[in-house]
Amino acid sequence: MKLLFIILFLVFPGFFVASVSAGGGDVMLDSADIQLDDREAIKRGAKLFVDYCLNCHSASLMRYSRIAQDLDMSSDEVRNQFITTGAKVGESMKVAIDEEDAKRWFGTAVPDLSVIARARGVDWLYTYLRSFYRDESRPWGVNNSVFKDVGMPHVLWELQGLQVPIMESHTDEQGNTSERIRGFKLIEKGTLSASEYDTTMRDLVTFLAYLGEPSKLQRLALGKWVLLFLAGFLVLVILLKKEYWRDIH
Amino acid sequence: MFDKISRSLGDLREWADERFPVTAFWQDHLVKYYAPKNLNFWYFFGSLAFLVLVIQLLTGIFLTMNYKPTADTAFASVEYIMRDVNWGWLIRYMHSTGASFFFIVIYLHMFRALLYGSYRKPRELLWVFGMLIFVVLMAEAFMGYLLPWGQMSFWGAQVIISLFGAIPYIGDELALWIRGDFVVADATLNRFFAFHVIAFPLLLIGLVLFHMIALHSVGSNNPDGIEIKKQKDENGVPLDGIPFHPYYTVKDMIGVVVFLIIFSAVIFYAPEMGGWFLERDNFVPADPLKTPEHIAPLWYFTPFYAILRAVPDKFLGVVAMGASMVVLFLLPWLDRSPVRSIRYRGTWFKLALSVFVVSFVGLAYLGTVAATPLATLFSRIFSVLYFAFFLLMPIYSKWDKTKPLPERVTGK
Amino acid sequence: MDEIDHGRRRMLLAATAAMGGVGAVYVATPFVLSMDPSEKAKAAGAPIDVDISKLEPGQVMTVEWRGKPVWVLRRNEQMLKTLPELDKFLRDPNSDELTQQPVYTKNPQRSINPEYMVMIGICTHLGCSPTYRPEFAPPDLGPEWKGGFFCPCHGSTYDLAGRVYAGMPAPSNLVIPPHHYVSATRLLVGVDSEVI
Repeated sequence: MKLLFIILFLVFPGFFVASVSAGGGDVMLDSADIQLDDREAIKRGAKLFVDYCLNCHSASLMRYSRIAQDLDMSSDEVRNQFITTGAKVGESMKVAIDEEDAKRWFGTAVPDLSVIARARGVDWLYTYLRSFYRDESRPWGVNNSVFKDVGMPHVLWELQGLQVPIMESHTDEQGNTSERIRGFKLIEKGTLSASEYDTTMRDLVTFLAYLGEPSKLQRLALGKWVLLFLAGFLVLVILLKKEYWRDIH
Repeated sequence: MFDKISRSLGDLREWADERFPVTAFWQDHLVKYYAPKNLNFWYFFGSLAFLVLVIQLLTGIFLTMNYKPTADTAFASVEYIMRDVNWGWLIRYMHSTGASFFFIVIYLHMFRALLYGSYRKPRELLWVFGMLIFVVLMAEAFMGYLLPWGQMSFWGAQVIISLFGAIPYIGDELALWIRGDFVVADATLNRFFAFHVIAFPLLLIGLVLFHMIALHSVGSNNPDGIEIKKQKDENGVPLDGIPFHPYYTVKDMIGVVVFLIIFSAVIFYAPEMGGWFLERDNFVPADPLKTPEHIAPLWYFTPFYAILRAVPDKFLGVVAMGASMVVLFLLPWLDRSPVRSIRYRGTWFKLALSVFVVSFVGLAYLGTVAATPLATLFSRIFSVLYFAFFLLMPIYSKWDKTKPLPERVTGK
Repeated sequence: MDEIDHGRRRMLLAATAAMGGVGAVYVATPFVLSMDPSEKAKAAGAPIDVDISKLEPGQVMTVEWRGKPVWVLRRNEQMLKTLPELDKFLRDPNSDELTQQPVYTKNPQRSINPEYMVMIGICTHLGCSPTYRPEFAPPDLGPEWKGGFFCPCHGSTYDLAGRVYAGMPAPSNLVIPPHHYVSATRLLVGVDSEVI
């Protein structure tokens, strides 16, 4: 009887692991390996975000004042470094572009990025930002191996440069052969080397992770105190129970 | 000084007692309510279920203070709670984690009943009330999940409501009436909000009250499945009974604290639970024009969802899913064993229960994955086994070679 | 049968109750605090910058702060001269009711700079917004009227420093919000002045 339960409890986590790893689709993702408590990385990422992304993508659920608070910056510092739209510090990171214009230019509404890190995951974002390649058939001249036929131009091409895909033949379980992307080759250099670009993208993704859940560090910090308190309380409560149950035979 | 206070309190109690059953309640349901002394681990989950109900009600009220139930503002209002409301993130995570933990606790609570025959006469009505709570709880969770208005919220609701459309003749009208619009829309969100915040909680509280009244009318079962009321002392107190207060109040507190430790660990360290408690796709705002690649209900619905998908016909799939819940109601009348508890049952029942558990867990897993031919095959096998546990029970429960029952509860 | 150790029981009970009580307070705190103004409310209630460079003597401008109308009145020489003459008609000429104005405006002109009067335009009776009546001796306010504010709801009157006349339904002088001058032409409403 007990054995059955033990087996079941051991098997359960296996189900979790199996289905979680099955969720990513069939694209191999690189590990972003971010450090969420690296405030400088978040600051650098914020600057990148404001310079390259905020022109089209809003982060309308995040206030500038929150960034000031979390990164220990003054309102003036945040205003000087991050606000280019004339917005007040207490306002949220809205975008200057008109929604209808955006739909016309990109073929689809430009998504708000406030919680993109929670929807896609940091690994997906990190790989996506480094997987743009030249594709003359697309409106902006680029495609992306992680997000096929994406409507977004390669905004960061000046930093990364331009790549072309290296193709390989691939046969799947049903015996169908197709071409798939094995890797990339740089044909036009950008201002950053490959590893510098990787680090830069890591900063940006760290910011996006922070953007998705600004209170994450707070909850991680608080957690250990809560558990400590409850552990202590558990000891007391067990002693109390044992004391009363001495009456029962 | 303390004497005066306690005398005044005593007078106040007397005044109240003449107008309200204060002391009577205390006596009948706590101090002189006798519970079996051999209740084990499996008996924690009733009080824990009540705890989770209170947690959900409390956190729910505070969420309602800032949540906005319209299609245009719902998604943003949840993030508003997460970012701009002081401690809003904690209240939100308590509620989302609480929903999943409610079902973990309830499934374990129900499993106890299967182990020890807690649904057998004279506790059939107790079981029926419990099953009603389960069904209402599933509806409550389903409606609650629409409220964040993410992609999963929207499309999950779209799929499930369209199941009602499968009912012959009245289906389409019914689905239209439920939705209040041609697709899941603002009207649907607003009414689900009304149901989730007011109607169903009230219903739930009422049913829980009835559930407890039914329990106290007959007294609790125990792991040996024998009636402690059969052996009473000269004062009419069951020999194997102990007052609920202080013994089980103090013991249940341990259950509560252990529960809170696990609950807190999840809230603070893994509130998304790898996408099981908070689904990834639900962080994308609902888009009626874009269907997600993979629509899956939350984990606690997946066993029933798997049964639904196992049947190739849309309407019959709905019938099968409904039947899988209805058959649970019939348990008290399907079980023909002379004994209640698994401890005294034979090999047939133990085998059947093991197969049932494996099937239920298997169905739960299969409900989360895409309906490949292999997955569908296994879903069908497990669905048949699921129903077999119940439908064959009148036979194998009678066949089984049972062990002799003890006169008094055992020290296990 | 063992003897019940009542002392130990009481001690454990007390310790558990105490720790449980502490825990309960810790749990209740986030809920209570969640009802405090959110970041959105605080941002909306943030201090506002007022440009007073275009304000003419005798003119009043209205700005909104925390949902309330704030008047900035630029008083002229004549207005300032009449203020002390009205003391005997007022309920609280010396602004002794300390809750109505910050300490740096407790002076005869009820302002940091005598020329500019900053006050919240809400009658201290029941909350209507009074009208600006700078003219001398209009027919409805009588020959003694030297300029001020008249509340149309129940007839309370205030002078040009927001001080309430005696015998009016309104009990107190008009409230002065925290404010300070960033420069000669910029007024920040919502933040206290350093000036004592």
